[in-house]
Amino acid sequence: MELLMAIVIGILFMSATYLMLSKSILRIIIGTGLLSHGAHLLILTMGGLKGGSVPLLSDKVASYVDYVDPLPQALILTAIVISFGVTSFLLVLAYRTYQELGTDDMEEMRGTEANE
Amino acid sequence: MKQNDLILQTVTKVAAFVILLFAVAIFLGGHYSPGGGFVGGLMTSAAIVLLLLAYDIKTVTKILPIDYKLMIGSGLFISSLTVAGGLVFGVPLMTHVYRYIDLPILGHISLHTAVLFDLGVYLVVVGVTMTIIQTIGESE
Amino acid sequence: MNNLTFMPVLWPLFTGIILIFFAKKIKLQRGISLFSSLIGIVISLYLVLSVNNQGILTLGVGSWDAPFGIVIVADMLSSLLVLTTNIIGSAILIYSFYSIGKERETHYYYPVFQFLLIGVNGAFLTGDLFNLFVFFEVMLMASYVLLVLGGTKIQLRESLKYIIVNVLSSAFFVIMVAYLYSVLGTLNMAHLSQRISEVNQPGIISVIAIGFLIVFGLKGAIFPLFQWLPGSYYAPPIPVMALFGALLTKVGIYAIFRTYTLMFYHDQNFTHTFLAVLGILTIIIGVIGAIAYWDVKKIIIYNIIIAVGVIIFGISLMNEQALSGSILYIIHDMLIKAALFLLVGIMIKISGSDNLRNMGGLIKQYPALAWTFFIAAISLAGIPPFSGFAGKLLILQGAAEKEAYFGMAAVLISSLMVLYSVMKIFINGFWGTPKADYTLAKNTVNKMLVPAVLLVVLSVLFGVGTESIYPFISQAVDTLMNPDIYIDAVLKE
Repeated sequence: MELLMAIVIGILFMSATYLMLSKSILRIIIGTGLLSHGAHLLILTMGGLKGGSVPLLSDKVASYVDYVDPLPQALILTAIVISFGVTSFLLVLAYRTYQELGTDDMEEMRGTEANE
Repeated sequence: MKQNDLILQTVTKVAAFVILLFAVAIFLGGHYSPGGGFVGGLMTSAAIVLLLLAYDIKTVTKILPIDYKLMIGSGLFISSLTVAGGLVFGVPLMTHVYRYIDLPILGHISLHTAVLFDLGVYLVVVGVTMTIIQTIGESE
Repeated sequence: MNNLTFMPVLWPLFTGIILIFFAKKIKLQRGISLFSSLIGIVISLYLVLSVNNQGILTLGVGSWDAPFGIVIVADMLSSLLVLTTNIIGSAILIYSFYSIGKERETHYYYPVFQFLLIGVNGAFLTGDLFNLFVFFEVMLMASYVLLVLGGTKIQLRESLKYIIVNVLSSAFFVIMVAYLYSVLGTLNMAHLSQRISEVNQPGIISVIAIGFLIVFGLKGAIFPLFQWLPGSYYAPPIPVMALFGALLTKVGIYAIFRTYTLMFYHDQNFTHTFLAVLGILTIIIGVIGAIAYWDVKKIIIYNIIIAVGVIIFGISLMNEQALSGSILYIIHDMLIKAALFLLVGIMIKISGSDNLRNMGGLIKQYPALAWTFFIAAISLAGIPPFSGFAGKLLILQGAAEKEAYFGMAAVLISSLMVLYSVMKIFINGFWGTPKADYTLAKNTVNKMLVPAVLLVVLSVLFGVGTESIYPFISQAVDTLMNPDIYIDAVLKE
């Protein structure tokens, strides 16, 4: 299972890198999204993949060994919330930039003297 | 542009309420089962977005005349008040307390201060999501 | 348990929230922000004094004890930096009243300003690695908004790049946290330090340490990762630029400070040598930029990079003198960079251009501005008895002890070059014949000058009175040199 996860994470990172290296803003944003998905999956894998019940206290579960580790889940939730916020901000910003500058090509946003 | 979206609108009238109710259920179910303010908030904004899709932005503002930025503010305010509660009682900040009580109809339920914090989160999430969607939507 | 520890975060949070409700009432917003900033200074001053009296203060948030819950830890280094942050925040806030413009003021400038302070103060105070990430993100979100506020073309263009770079580094941060958690099974910094000592930092942890260096280096703009900085700091208006230049990079450096003295200090031959090389390269690159440009903003921006290099070099030496030098230097640099940005902002406002070739002769009409700038400039270069001197001297002593002569030479030559770069501004901007008829009223200039003068006076006092505040610095260094003090304070309350 760990191996499978590692491969999936690798594919996610690979596609993210490919997308982030392209010129179009939208592709870059999708790339950052994939990158954070990969990172979240990595936390999950690194926290140890084992079956078990939800880490919520209840009478049905006998000992703490039967729970899964709650910390990676808490970390992922936080990271997801943050990347949700950042990605939506980035999307709004990209849209505004497109309206204002009339281009979505990073090549044309270099900030050299020529296209001030 | 006039579109024939009668089916979508009719379905929305029912579905939006179902989603809203489900959102509230998920929100209240948090802490002891999966759920809570963030998910509930996202669900609620999904319902509002569905309304936006079926009707247009003007109709929705007429139905829900809410300033979402103030909603973010009040959400943050509620949450941080809950956090600061620790100052008053001389315990570390964010310490939560709970109590089990028996109510006539609902039966044995638990009351948490964490719910107040989650209410703030709920408001912030709805506020932020709707602000973002309005920012993009309004300019068209 | 001490709730005071979290107050520097909670206080601006409340202020920011209240300000959201009064978005359209500018006068009220200014009043509340100013009042709250002053209270913020008082709170952080009290925090510094409490830490001085009682040692490290900790707070287990939500009554969860140390390795299980999130802890907020105020040691001397954090609380001194929090104090500096609040002072700079107030000064820049006062400056914003006169220069940020109505448009931005009604669009949530002041609330976001407070949220930035939350992020910065929180990052200084947290004792948990993942919580550090969260506060980084709070700070970054606020900085994104501040950067793009106003929406001019250059701002939109540059903030897009800034955000993408930072999203990348945040993802890296999460990845490194995941690795560290899988190797050591904890994220509490004190607990991490303890566990790393137990296993004596094997290779995998050194690799993670370098990974963290990439993350913090991206924020702190060290050598190969600084390219985003000149462009994006150039775009926003002066107060925002001063805020970024004085605070944001320093948070990255603080994180390096914390991780490399508390956690990853067992394999110094590898990690700290790496750090030293990067520090020296950062100094060199910064110097090249600072002397090459004729644009006043660019010159000061590249001076940030030089300072980052000097501090990083100081951290890499890991002995008492060098670390106290670094702490003195980081505080000095925060104060003086904020002051310089504000002063340069006034110059740009008067002359209407940021190119030195279009300035000149300002001293005739605005002598106060000129002499304030002069003092700030020589403080930056580290001429005794001003504030940069003590820090650099101690770093050099530390370097001599470690026989790091190449680094010593780099720091010394960089001081000369820094002096050259700021004197270039002084000579070309203030001396000579006026290039145009400067019409900006003296009254306006004087108003804008107040916060800058305050910062400069403070930094001069800091320089002259280094001797009397040295006990605070040595307490901070004590904690850095002996991680056990920190660990004991956090884990065995």
